[in-house]
Amino acid sequence: MDFTFMWETFRQLLTGVPLTLNLAFTSVAFGAVLAMMLALMRMSGIAVIEMIAKAYVFVFRGTPLLVQIFLIYYGLGQFRPTLQELGLWTFFREPYWCAILALTLNTGAYASEIIRGGLQSVPYPQVEAAKAAGMSGFLLFRRIVFPIAVRQALPAYGSEIILMVKATSLASIITMMEVTGLAAKMISQTFRAVEIFVVAGVIYLILNFAITRLIMALEWWLSPHLRRPPSIEPRIEAAHV
Amino acid sequence: MQQLSYFELIGFGPKGWGLALLTATGMTLAVALCGFLAGSIVGTFVAWAKLSRNLAARTLADGYTTVLRGIPDLLVIYLFYFGGSAALGAIGGLFGAQGFIGVPAFVTGALAIGIVSGAYQAEVFRGAYQILNRGELEAARSVGMHRWLMFRRIIAPQVLRYAIPGLGNTWQLVLKESALISVTGLVELLRQSHIAAGSTRRPFDFYITAAILYLVITWVSTYLFQRAETHSLRGLRRTS
Amino acid sequence: MKFFTALSVGLLASALATGGAAAQEKTITIATEGAYAPWNFTGAGGKLEGFEIDLAADLCARIKVKCEVVAQDWDGIIPALNAKKYDAIMAGMNITDKRLEVVAFTRPYASGMHGFATTKDSPLAKLAGLGERANLDKDPAAAQKIIEEWKPLLKGKTIGTQGSTVNSQFLEKYLKDTVTIREYKTTEQHDLDLAAGRVDAIYAAHSSLKATLDQPEFKNMTIAGAGVSGGVLGRGVAVAVRKDDADLKGKFDGAIQAAIADGTIAKLTQKWFKVDMTPQG
Repeated sequence: MDFTFMWETFRQLLTGVPLTLNLAFTSVAFGAVLAMMLALMRMSGIAVIEMIAKAYVFVFRGTPLLVQIFLIYYGLGQFRPTLQELGLWTFFREPYWCAILALTLNTGAYASEIIRGGLQSVPYPQVEAAKAAGMSGFLLFRRIVFPIAVRQALPAYGSEIILMVKATSLASIITMMEVTGLAAKMISQTFRAVEIFVVAGVIYLILNFAITRLIMALEWWLSPHLRRPPSIEPRIEAAHV
Repeated sequence: MQQLSYFELIGFGPKGWGLALLTATGMTLAVALCGFLAGSIVGTFVAWAKLSRNLAARTLADGYTTVLRGIPDLLVIYLFYFGGSAALGAIGGLFGAQGFIGVPAFVTGALAIGIVSGAYQAEVFRGAYQILNRGELEAARSVGMHRWLMFRRIIAPQVLRYAIPGLGNTWQLVLKESALISVTGLVELLRQSHIAAGSTRRPFDFYITAAILYLVITWVSTYLFQRAETHSLRGLRRTS
Repeated sequence: MKFFTALSVGLLASALATGGAAAQEKTITIATEGAYAPWNFTGAGGKLEGFEIDLAADLCARIKVKCEVVAQDWDGIIPALNAKKYDAIMAGMNITDKRLEVVAFTRPYASGMHGFATTKDSPLAKLAGLGERANLDKDPAAAQKIIEEWKPLLKGKTIGTQGSTVNSQFLEKYLKDTVTIREYKTTEQHDLDLAAGRVDAIYAAHSSLKATLDQPEFKNMTIAGAGVSGGVLGRGVAVAVRKDDADLKGKFDGAIQAAIADGTIAKLTQKWFKVDMTPQG
C-alpha cells in the first residue's frame, strides 16, 4: 500500500464532499415535503387519492434508482422541444437539477412510509386528550401529532438520510463530480482503481458516521422527557439502488 | 431512415430489441437469484456471529455490517470487481494456477450482490431468531439434539418462517441492486437498455421499458412472497 | 430442506462456472467498448459490430487462436485488464505515455484526427481551421497557434467529452482555463447531450464524430475547427495488453504488421470509416 498516494487521493476526493452533501441534503429537504404530502394522501381516507399515493410509492420503490436517473436525464432529453415550450428546459438542462429531481422523487417514496409509520404511532389517547382540551385541526396537528410522530420517525429517518448520502454516488453517472465522480476521474488518470475506491469508501464511512452522531444528538435533544441512553440501533433497511 | 415506432423498437422484428431485452431480463433474474442465495449464506453466518458469545466473531460481524451500511453499494461493487479478482489471482498463484483466473462477470456480480445483501439478510435472520421461543430450544436440547440437528430441525424452519417478510424486502433490494452490476459489463436488463438507448439514440423508450419490466418482476415477486408467507403461517394462530 | 438443496446446487453451479472458465486456456478474451461507432458498437438486437470486431477476427485468425470479444465500460477498461478480467483491449485506444506506464501496446493498427463537433447554428461552428490538420509532435508551433485562435470563441463554453480518453486529456492540457469540461462515460452520451443542448460542443475523434453525423437524428451537427493529432492525443490506435504478457504482444505485433502489409487494414478502414486510416511509418 502506498500511503502517500492514498493521502493525496484522500485530499483530492475531499473536494467532492461539499457536492455530495449538497445533493444529499437538498434532496432530503425537498423529499421530506413530498413525503409528508404522500403520507397525508395515504391517510386521507379518500380511495382515489390513496390509490395515487400507493401507486407512486410502488413505482418509485419498485424500480432501480439508476433507471430513474437515466430516465430523467437522458430519457427526457429526447423531449427537449416540448420541454422548451413548457419553459421547463432550463431545469432539465442541468445535470445537477436532474440528479436532485431523481433523488427527491425517490426519497419521497421511501420517507412517506416512514412518516406514515410515525403518524400512525401517535397514541390515540393523546389525541383524545388534546381534543378534550379544545384543540382541533391544524393546532392539534402542530402541537400534538406532529411532534410525537417526528420523534417516533427520527431513527428510521436517520437511516434514510444515510441511504441518501450513499445514493448520491449514482449522480456520478450523469457527469456530477461528487466523491465517486472524482474517484472515477482519478482512476482514469492513475489507473489505480482499488486504492482510490478504498479511500472513497473511507470518506463515505466518515460522513455517515458523523451524520449518525448528529441524528443521535437530535434524538436526545427532542426527547427531554425520556433521556434514556440513545438507541440508534443499526437498522438495515431497504437501500436506494 | 424513418424513425421506428416504439413497438418496432422493442418488438421482435429484425430491427427490434425484444429478444435481447427478454434475455437480459432473464439475466437480471438469474444474477439476482444467485446473489440472493449467496447473501443468505453470508447472512446466516453473520447473524450467527452476531448472536455468538465470541467477542472476536461479534466484532468482526459488526464491522462488516457497519462498513457495508456506510459505503455506497456502487463502490462495493467496483471494489469487488477490481479488487476481487486480483485477490483471487494471488490466491490462485499460491496453488500454482497459471496467472489468469477468469471469473465470469456473472459470478463476480452474484458474489458482489451476496456480500451486500448478506449484511441486510443477517439483520433479518437475527431479528427472526430472537422471536424464537427459548423453551423450544431447551426442549430440543433436553431430548439430546445436537447443535446441527437442532439448527436443521428447530431453528432453520422457524427462522425462515419469521424471516419471510424481511426476506421479501431484501429480495426487492437485491433485484434493484442487480442494476448496479451493469457497471461490470454483465449484460443484464439495465445494461441492455443502456446499450440499446445508445445504439438507437432513443433513451426514453428503452429506459421506460426497463422500468416497466422491473415493476413487473417486483409485482410478481411481491405476490409470491405473500403466498409464501400465508403458506408458512398456515399452522399458526394469528395473535393480532 | 429444499432451501439447503437449492443452496448447495447454486454453489456447485457457480464453482463449476469458475472452474470451467479457468480450464479453457487457448481462448483470448478481448475487451472492447461497444459504444464507439464505427470502431466498435452494438447493433440491433445487441450484437457487437464495427471495425475492431472485424479486425480482431482477422488478427486472431493470423495468430491461430480462438478469440472472444466482450463489451466493457470504458472508464474501468485498463484497471480491469490489469485485474486479469481479459487479455487484451481493442477499443479505439490511443498509445499515450500515461497509459504506457501501466500497460503495453502493440504497434498501431490505425490513426486519425481529433476535433470538435457542434450544432450548425452555433457560433462555435466557425472555429478556425476546418479541413486543416495539425500535429502536436511534428509542428507544435502551428498546432499551438490554432488552439490560441480558438480560445476567444470557446471562452466560457461547456464542452462534452468522454472521460479517461486522449480527448479529455487534450482539453485538460490546452483549454482547461477557457472552457468548462464535462466528462461522459461514453461518446454516445455526449452526442445525446449535444443534441439536447446541454453542452455547446463535443470533442472526440473525427472518425467517431463522422459516424454520428451520418445518423438522421444528428443532421444538424457539424465538425468544427482543425483536426489535431499527436502529443497528448497519442501515437495511433493499438492493442493494449498487460505488461508481463510479452508473448501475446509479440503475436499481435506480427499479425498487425501482416495485416498492414497485405492491405487488410486499408480495406477494413475503407469499409468502416470510408477513408484509409492505415498508420504511416
